[in-house]
Amino acid sequence: MTLASPAPPRPGPLATSFEPVPGRPRHVPPAGPGKGHGPTVIPGYRLSLGITIAWVSLLVLLPLAALAARPWEHGAGWLWHSLTQERALAALRLSFGTAFLAASLCTVAGLLLAWTIARVRPAGWRLLDAIIDLPFALPTAVAGITLATLYGRHGWVGAPLAGAGIKVAYTQAGIMIALVFVGLPFVVRSTLPVLNDLPHELEEAAQTLGARPGQIALRVLLPAILPALVTGFGLAFARGVGEYGSVIFIAGNRPLVSEIAPLLIVIRLQQFDYAGAAAIGLVMLLGAALILVALSLVRALLPAMAGARQPL
Amino acid sequence: MALRSLSGVLAMVLAIGTLSGAGARAADLSLLNVSYDPTRELYKDVNQAFAAQWKAKSGQTVEIKTSHGGSGAQARAVMDGLQADVVTLGLAWDIDVLTQRHLLAADWEGRLPNHSVPYTSTVVFLVRHGNPKHLAGWTDLVRDGVEVITPNPKTSSGGRWSYLAAYTWALHQPGASEASAESYLGKLYKHVPVLDTGARGATNTFVQRGEGDVLLAWEDEALLAAHDVGDGQFDVVYPASSIKAEPPVAWVDSVTDKKRTGAVAQAYLRFLFNHQGQELAAKHHYRPIDPAVFAEHKADFPAIKVYDVASLGGWPAVQAKHFADGGVFDSIYSAGK
Repeated sequence: MTLASPAPPRPGPLATSFEPVPGRPRHVPPAGPGKGHGPTVIPGYRLSLGITIAWVSLLVLLPLAALAARPWEHGAGWLWHSLTQERALAALRLSFGTAFLAASLCTVAGLLLAWTIARVRPAGWRLLDAIIDLPFALPTAVAGITLATLYGRHGWVGAPLAGAGIKVAYTQAGIMIALVFVGLPFVVRSTLPVLNDLPHELEEAAQTLGARPGQIALRVLLPAILPALVTGFGLAFARGVGEYGSVIFIAGNRPLVSEIAPLLIVIRLQQFDYAGAAAIGLVMLLGAALILVALSLVRALLPAMAGARQPL
Repeated sequence: MALRSLSGVLAMVLAIGTLSGAGARAADLSLLNVSYDPTRELYKDVNQAFAAQWKAKSGQTVEIKTSHGGSGAQARAVMDGLQADVVTLGLAWDIDVLTQRHLLAADWEGRLPNHSVPYTSTVVFLVRHGNPKHLAGWTDLVRDGVEVITPNPKTSSGGRWSYLAAYTWALHQPGASEASAESYLGKLYKHVPVLDTGARGATNTFVQRGEGDVLLAWEDEALLAAHDVGDGQFDVVYPASSIKAEPPVAWVDSVTDKKRTGAVAQAYLRFLFNHQGQELAAKHHYRPIDPAVFAEHKADFPAIKVYDVASLGGWPAVQAKHFADGGVFDSIYSAGK
């Protein structure tokens, strides 16, 4: 997310440094002290870092360790059996599958919105900019109930759709809608700062060199915002996999059909099957970790990939 | 172990969030009643009436807090450390589970009259006004185009009673067997578009969102919806047979011993069995067990043939056969797809 740093002073026209030259490092770290050694400007840095790390370990690492330790109490064979039940597999497939699709939709829609706010700036763009963040602030249960009401068979959206024979609430489509709702801000917020920082001159330069609009979008703009877009996708995906509050109200919750993995965790807990619940939790934890690692790999490879393509 | 105590803390935080009737005023005694979903209205009245009676009798002010949620979830919260003086849950199995953790005496059922069941209920059909789909009995529910709303029997006591009402009906049809009854259940749950986790959630899906043609509901919940919430929008249909739903009550020894609230907790539960408590149960559409009080309110509770869980071998057997992992309920969904 280094691209999202505050706007640097815009370089002058024809800033050659912004041309995507193969092999050129994208971000030059600031020169001077603070590069891993030497004193920093934060007073009491070492002490406060120690306290922070201890505190964060208690808050984050300890629960994760407890989760990882829990499902093994009946042995590995039991764990495997618990996870490969038809119902558990269906729930995991549903959660990861819908989260992936929803994150993909969010990426397209979010990029469009970010572009609109950064470059088109229609009347009321500031309002749009503020509204984007609402799903962050809204309690997810409120979002879920609202969506279920809207898309239910008597809702404002659901009634016309039901007339056309389309059922959204209590189907997998309903899950998608809830996940897009909670995931969209992640994409917009991660791409918007990058778009804001991209100098217009870059496009102008490409234009003077004879690039068509499609070429500019694909060869000039896309490589620059791709890392941020990948980050946004990853955040929306990870959020979607674990999302519970907004989904259960609109999902239908039928085993094998519309039962998401987090709900199955809750159901197993209510059957007093703690180890079985933790088993699904562990798979989701590993899945999410895998996604994040894969995405940072992709981000690391992106400059090389962009370099492999001959720019214009 | 770390996770268990952690989830205990979480459960307590959650339960405190849903506590009702909490007040800042000083009380000599305080009780926490951990109950299931549809009893909110009942215990609001009971708490008030009992507190007044206790004050008159002993001079002490007693403050009673009530927490509500799905019966299974509430039992789990108590298991995880929620300090409930008394539990008033949806079915005996949820209290049996607590005895396995030695939170209360194993013979809890015998400590109060009527094996600790102060009021009974049953499962009925709540349909849209005028019964547009003409749903009169269990066979009508599996007709084409009928949608049935009922909560998930794995998580909701109401859902479990509804499941057993359908099962016992099917089991007593001419020429029926366990296999034919299970096949009826399979057909029935194919008509269920939404499986909520609790009875109140299912009621909201049916009443507020307008999903489905019929709600399989606790009789008290159905009468509440028909008379108090959606006046005139719903009708209650009594099927040919149903289940005798028996929500039990018990004090939790491990907590009352520690808090020294044994006397008041027992008096609170016994209050449910005396005349005033029985009247309050009837007012909130629970069938009183006192024959005299029931006779007074006979008009409110139509006669209906009911089977009980004992006829199926008791809760442990029913739980293991139907609701455990890989049980009949799971096989309905695995076989059906």
